Amino acid sequence: MDALIEKLKGQIIEQLNLAEVKPEEINPDSPLFGEGLGLDSIDALELIVLLEKHYGIKIQDPKDGKTIFQSLRTMAEYIKSQGKS
Amino acid sequence: MSQKVYITGLGMISAIGNNVPECFLSLSQSKTGIGKIQYLTTRYKDEFLAGEIKLSNAELADLVGDQNPALNRNSYIAMLAAKEAVLNSGIDTKDGLRTGVISSTTVAGMSKTELYYKDLFKNDEHLDVLDTHDCGDSTERIADYIGNVDYVTTISTACSSAANAIMLGCRMIKHGHLDRVVVGGVDALSKFTFNGFNTLMILDREWCRPFDENRKGLNLGEGAAFVVIEGENALNHRKGKALAELIGYANTNDAYHLTASSPEGFGATLAIQQALALSGLKPTDIDYINMHGTGTPNNDLSESKATVAVFGNQVPKFSSTKAFTGHTLAAAASIEAVISVLSLQNSMIFPNLNFNTPIAETGLIPETTLVHTPLNVILSNSFGFGGNCSSLLFKKA
Amino acid sequence: MNAITSYAHIKHNTVTVNGTVVFKSASSVSIHEFLLESYKFLAMNYPKFHKMDVQCKLAIIATEFALRETALLTENDLAKIAIVFSNHASSLDTDKAYQNSISDKSNYFPSPAIFVYTLPNITIGELAIRHKITGENAFFVCEKFDPALLINYCESLYLNGIDAVIAGWVEAETNNDEAFIFLSESQRNTNKNAIFKPLNQTTLTELYNLT
Repeated sequence: MDALIEKLKGQIIEQLNLAEVKPEEINPDSPLFGEGLGLDSIDALELIVLLEKHYGIKIQDPKDGKTIFQSLRTMAEYIKSQGKS
Repeated sequence: MSQKVYITGLGMISAIGNNVPECFLSLSQSKTGIGKIQYLTTRYKDEFLAGEIKLSNAELADLVGDQNPALNRNSYIAMLAAKEAVLNSGIDTKDGLRTGVISSTTVAGMSKTELYYKDLFKNDEHLDVLDTHDCGDSTERIADYIGNVDYVTTISTACSSAANAIMLGCRMIKHGHLDRVVVGGVDALSKFTFNGFNTLMILDREWCRPFDENRKGLNLGEGAAFVVIEGENALNHRKGKALAELIGYANTNDAYHLTASSPEGFGATLAIQQALALSGLKPTDIDYINMHGTGTPNNDLSESKATVAVFGNQVPKFSSTKAFTGHTLAAAASIEAVISVLSLQNSMIFPNLNFNTPIAETGLIPETTLVHTPLNVILSNSFGFGGNCSSLLFKKA
Repeated sequence: MNAITSYAHIKHNTVTVNGTVVFKSASSVSIHEFLLESYKFLAMNYPKFHKMDVQCKLAIIATEFALRETALLTENDLAKIAIVFSNHASSLDTDKAYQNSISDKSNYFPSPAIFVYTLPNITIGELAIRHKITGENAFFVCEKFDPALLINYCESLYLNGIDAVIAGWVEAETNNDEAFIFLSESQRNTNKNAIFKPLNQTTLTELYNLT
């Protein structure tokens, strides 16, 4: 799980152009949206693209993102649960 | 001080008809133009519905009477709607008065350019297509098609574009720069648009349901609509007839998010309030609102909240006509300006199709059947990506 | 008396503000690097900047430079500041990027973050969000920099109750990227660096051609 979380950090920074964020600054349990990284709804859509591009997971309803993208850990757990890590 | 500005001619082509009388018939019969994709070639052909104009490019070229191979769908429909508006108004552009054309578009010639995009890197065979790609091209074509035009410009502010074209035209008359202006917008469907809106996950796979609690998104449409607006001096000079008066307009920025409206509809509230202030009217003077009402969860909630912010517990009758035409992007505001004038002229409110359950948070209920009622003043809203919010006010002439 | 109170011109990796070159990158530097260097030079601390397309970055940076010479944002009601931009190619630079992401069937992952920039007025949206400006805004697509169009629009805005305007030309075009942003205000502002040039076509043409 930790390896997957580390990998996700790099992928998120690249996909979302978080140029001023270092991987070690992202806490796996902090909320991804609102506070913290300051992500918005376009970033949520980009995370959906990330899941499809790197993990072959397709999400049809953007509302599903709300639970999956709560934190880095929930995102990693979701990828694991899909058997795609 | 400044003279009044009137709408004196209407022109429109959309999924519900190739001209204004056809569109009016569909509206008054509650007949939507949205259905299975028949004309556009796209990977989403069987996945999404669309409000397509029911004519092929070859048929459009015949209607326009121009077989120039570089012309595209955007120009054809713009020329047809603009010409209809000019003929409907009865203006003569050769009479020595100053005529302007202010159009608007977002995707411009994309529907054609995308077909040749890959080839263009390989050879120069379709190079002429690039000449017609730019946003300004269809505006120039309209001006040539109408003839004797003194001023031409093109606006591109996403889905409120045509409202801003109407507003600018009105000001240019009021400030004495022009005597009359053909104003409106155009957007033909393209693969580019479909892919983009699908990327944003705001397309409904079924018919869109504006202001319904269970709405899932919008249906894309295509169309062009233009109105001729004239200063009262020019109108009196030629003893022409006014169809409606343009009595208020405003544009603001929501300054919140690139594609989403602020939860409380801040920019929309400002636009409606400022349009009212300019007209000198009170909220209670509004008889009907033609809403932006795209059917996306975000827009309809935000617009509902703005409506409540301005009108309190006296919200006028309202509907969104997007379930007839689909969301026609840059053309939406001019299509809805034509629909608003038709409402005023015929004392009819056209229904908000596909509505079942009010949005829990606001409880607003649109008109869901054709309503016959005297209408004196109509508010029409149009909001676009980039936070652009516009409101227009039309009064019975 | 409506005046031009500051302007910034970005061309060939060089920023000129009120007639003086204030920042420059080597001509060999790409537009992306130049914009990043400008961002660092301005010490902006606005992470959203890195997500923008070139056109938005050009507008944000040029406006930032121009704003530093005036008190426009603090001495005017944000609801009475208008933004009017123009260019020739709409959002072509990003349209191409998005088209490339959908035209390859074997690698089909279209990006929502790119698509949102395929409208020219998104440039205005970014600026409005950055500074919480909620006044009127318009984007014109025209043949070339058109002083008459911009001056007429500014005048009409002032007649309609606007107090200040951020206006200009901004175009992302390979090897020819350009932003010319001028600020105009209806009241003198208190920043001593502000210039006070008459808001008319002759002056605007002069300022644009100066660099």
